[in-house]
Amino acid sequence: MIYDAAIIGAGHNGLVTACYLARAGLKVVVVEKNDWVGGAAVSRSLHPGFTYSNCSYVSSLFRPEIMRDLDLPKYGLQVLPYEGGAVMQRDGGYLAIFRDHDANRREFARHSPRDAEAYDRYSRDIMRHCRFIRPMLMRTPPDPSRFRPRDLTELAWLGKKTFELSEAQIYEMIRFWTMSISDFLDEYFESPVVKAYLAVSAIIGTALGPMSPGSAYVLLHHYMGDVDGNVGAWGFARGGMGSITKALNASLAESGGEVRTGKGVEKVLVANNRAVGVRLEGGEEIKAKRVISNMDVKRTFLKHVDAEELPASFVRQVEKFKIRGSSGKLNIALDAAPKFTALPEGAPMLKGDLHFTDSIERMERAYDDWKAGRFSRDPFQDVMIPTMIDPTMTPPGKHFMSSFVQYAPPKIDGNDWSDADRDAFGQTCLDQIEAYAPGFKNLVLHVEVRAPRELEAEVGLTEGNIFQGELTFDQLLFNRPVPGYAQYRSPIRDLWICGSSTHPGGGVMGAPGRNAAAEILRDISAPSNMSDAYAVL
Amino acid sequence: MPSYDAIIIGGGTNGLACAGRLASAGQKVLLLEGRDRLGGGAAGGTGWDGYRMPALAHLLTHLDRRVVDKMRLEDHGLRFVTGNLPTTALDPGGNHLTLSGAAGAKLLGNIAEADKAAWSALRARLMAFAAALAPFREMTPPRIAKGAGNPYMKLGQIALGLRRLGREEFREFLRMALINVADVMEDDLTDDRLRGTIAFDTVLGAWLGPRSPNSLFLYLNRLAGAAAGQQGALALPAGGMDAVAAAMEKSAIASGVTIRRDAVVAKVVIEGDRATGVELAGGETLSAATVISAINPKTTFQTLIGPRHLDTGFMNRVADLRSRGGAAKLHLALKGTPDFRGADLQSRLVIAPSIGAVENAFNAVKYGEVPDTPVMEILLPSAMEGGHAPEGHHLLSAVVQFAPHAPKAGANVARKAMLANTLAVLETSAPGIGKQIVHSELLMPYDIEARYGMAGGNWHHGELAVEQMLFLRPFPAVSQYSTPISGFWLAGAGNHPGGGISGAAGWNAAERILTGAQP
Repeated sequence: MIYDAAIIGAGHNGLVTACYLARAGLKVVVVEKNDWVGGAAVSRSLHPGFTYSNCSYVSSLFRPEIMRDLDLPKYGLQVLPYEGGAVMQRDGGYLAIFRDHDANRREFARHSPRDAEAYDRYSRDIMRHCRFIRPMLMRTPPDPSRFRPRDLTELAWLGKKTFELSEAQIYEMIRFWTMSISDFLDEYFESPVVKAYLAVSAIIGTALGPMSPGSAYVLLHHYMGDVDGNVGAWGFARGGMGSITKALNASLAESGGEVRTGKGVEKVLVANNRAVGVRLEGGEEIKAKRVISNMDVKRTFLKHVDAEELPASFVRQVEKFKIRGSSGKLNIALDAAPKFTALPEGAPMLKGDLHFTDSIERMERAYDDWKAGRFSRDPFQDVMIPTMIDPTMTPPGKHFMSSFVQYAPPKIDGNDWSDADRDAFGQTCLDQIEAYAPGFKNLVLHVEVRAPRELEAEVGLTEGNIFQGELTFDQLLFNRPVPGYAQYRSPIRDLWICGSSTHPGGGVMGAPGRNAAAEILRDISAPSNMSDAYAVL
Repeated sequence: MPSYDAIIIGGGTNGLACAGRLASAGQKVLLLEGRDRLGGGAAGGTGWDGYRMPALAHLLTHLDRRVVDKMRLEDHGLRFVTGNLPTTALDPGGNHLTLSGAAGAKLLGNIAEADKAAWSALRARLMAFAAALAPFREMTPPRIAKGAGNPYMKLGQIALGLRRLGREEFREFLRMALINVADVMEDDLTDDRLRGTIAFDTVLGAWLGPRSPNSLFLYLNRLAGAAAGQQGALALPAGGMDAVAAAMEKSAIASGVTIRRDAVVAKVVIEGDRATGVELAGGETLSAATVISAINPKTTFQTLIGPRHLDTGFMNRVADLRSRGGAAKLHLALKGTPDFRGADLQSRLVIAPSIGAVENAFNAVKYGEVPDTPVMEILLPSAMEGGHAPEGHHLLSAVVQFAPHAPKAGANVARKAMLANTLAVLETSAPGIGKQIVHSELLMPYDIEARYGMAGGNWHHGELAVEQMLFLRPFPAVSQYSTPISGFWLAGAGNHPGGGISGAAGWNAAERILTGAQP
């Protein structure tokens, strides 16, 4: 039998594409190398009684249009917004973060009255930048090097959007998109700890430091999401991030889609420059009218397509694509809630992000280590205890702690990670937490340490890059993944890409998957089954 | 009745260019220089008997062709030792690489054929991008607004020029416009000497490392220059940089500009909301229909104008103007000829062994620290022509990066450490050079600020970085050389297209003023 579409990889984007195509009546099969679905949005039980969100760990970017179109709440998806968090300072003080703007303002004032004033201005400006960029998330980028009607129309739309801003606002936006978060924050704030907190979103997942130009845009990438319409808010998926892909999987099943786990794709089958199916490990072949890859662009075209099937210039561009591991992850089972010296017991901040990096300089120095090919000796950690809000993940009284760590290079001094490197990396992180929460280590029942090596081996993210490619301007919009192929197509007819390597990039967002599906439906002139992008702003 | 049509504050190359252009249009121009000599960064210092002290700048990359031609600088004595100085990428082991011709048109020395081929392809591509962008340097930056009166013809030609590169190249341009130089070098080249030298040239005078996104754009800007008529080439004026300032001065005077040295301007006189003249430190006031500042915008607005005449948002923007200097200037008087392991002393010597070396040197200044092993470009004027040092002696002029503009350790401690680390690097490249030193002088960014009045010691009067270029330079409200105060203009390197002994900003400003556009 011949499928209408074979999708390689059951990550959230692959599943989103599959769901939309299945709902449009296509016969769809998703092929996943792991025994479970979800890619980097998974809930896994690696210690008896405990469930880990062992890759991605918080949700905000996932597009509400997709949740609605695919009835995900009906299949058990529930996002629980969390309280702010805290940055613990070396001197024992702390900066608390609250979801409520005014509470935040008061807390900022405790560190600097001037910064409290600036916070209003800052929030307003950031929201304006979000408002500008959000509508672009679910549109196919134009190709500025072509003059096809659809490209010109799209460029015109971009121009129209731009001129909806005032002249001054346009300049501010261009500055914001090109400057470093450190310079940007200096224009508003003076308190190092306030700046350290606000800079976090600009470095998560990227191989940039807070002083790297372009990092301000990365911040935007983390701010443009929302939880139930609260733009910039983040939440936990109840039951772990796997709940998102479980819901997608259930939605797909209901619309007649098929998922095959446990066998990865070895090759994309190509005949006369058309993709005609895939060959699985072990030799089984699945025939399909089109193949859609959820794998990153490097894996797809350098590992699973024969080079001779592709133009050399395209292969060269894919080789140049920057996809660098910069982060690691610790998943920790705790016997009880840790006690942080700086924070009052039972403080609401424990329900949010906990940071120990209290200055931009410490963050940037951690990045210098990455550039030198070592993991950070004084790493930045984004520590969360989801079980403070979602008790379903552990036995009563016990806790799951997730720590997202930067920086961890894809290679150590040019060599592959060894187990010893990984353990030393994990130890460095645990020691840092212990320093702010004495006795913490005694509570540890189990730790899973994930360096870029582990991320690549399990999830298939090349070099362990969580965005399937750096979010810098040479790889955004019509440049993503490579110039001339930003419209989810490839040089091979009927071979499509739908992963985070494509516009608008990484994060558990689903937009690349939906955009790819839209292009495919457009290609076969099937009616769109997608709700319009909605604006909460 | 004002005694002058225009008073120009600051006798640097931009002040001189602006004066020359206005005078040639028949305006009565007064040029005021606070120091005892003209030229700003092109003016030599004073000091050691028998040696000609080098200026802050020691090479030409961007001298504006309009300035050279229309001010007839060659008729006024400007000569070049060479209009196409080669570069030697020093190798610690003596296995040097020579980049001869404009921007390394030819690579000489022992280097893999593959790298030679890759470099000539990459160089051709970057030179083409730069050539397409070059026209921007010679115009007032456009505004992004409807009915802004932009020169749409000219802009259209630039866009067409880029598109004419062909679809593939145009796409590559869009991809590479904001990329970092390290990635580009590592994608195509393997030779560390070559990669290090290009990385160094890219961040020369900037406050960025080669791994900072947007850095390649600065290299394109460098390649857009054509000092002695050849794109991307390095030109060396005969008699040192002072010769450039001298020729411009002669030209300005010939076209009727009045010049006053040691004339420190205390403030710009403003009546109502219009600039009517200047008040000198001595209390003397001079009146003019137009007042033009060719010094840096920070000092201009914070000191010469003052917050009284400007609104808060504007003053905040002035305060936010980033102007961190990252380059130090080293001058050595040497008894004897230094030996850089056989390197040709009649070339520019670059010590930047790898991209990592440049990046590491930058890391330190991010935290206000001094790098252990700085990178540098070295010139021996005395090896190029006579008159710079006594017989048998040599004068060494080097730009050393990176140096902190506000060191945590304090000015003197940092200067001492910087000098020690710099000499240590020199010693490894030229063993024995330490013993040849008769005099030495190291200007840290804060010394440069003190001597030349460049805010933060940044020789562009404001960092040259994408977010502070073109219509964002120095910041949008004043990017077209006009200011909120009528009759008051900017003409310095703080404005588009930036500094580097060019005169372009001054010339653009003058053209703008002559169109009759009103602030």
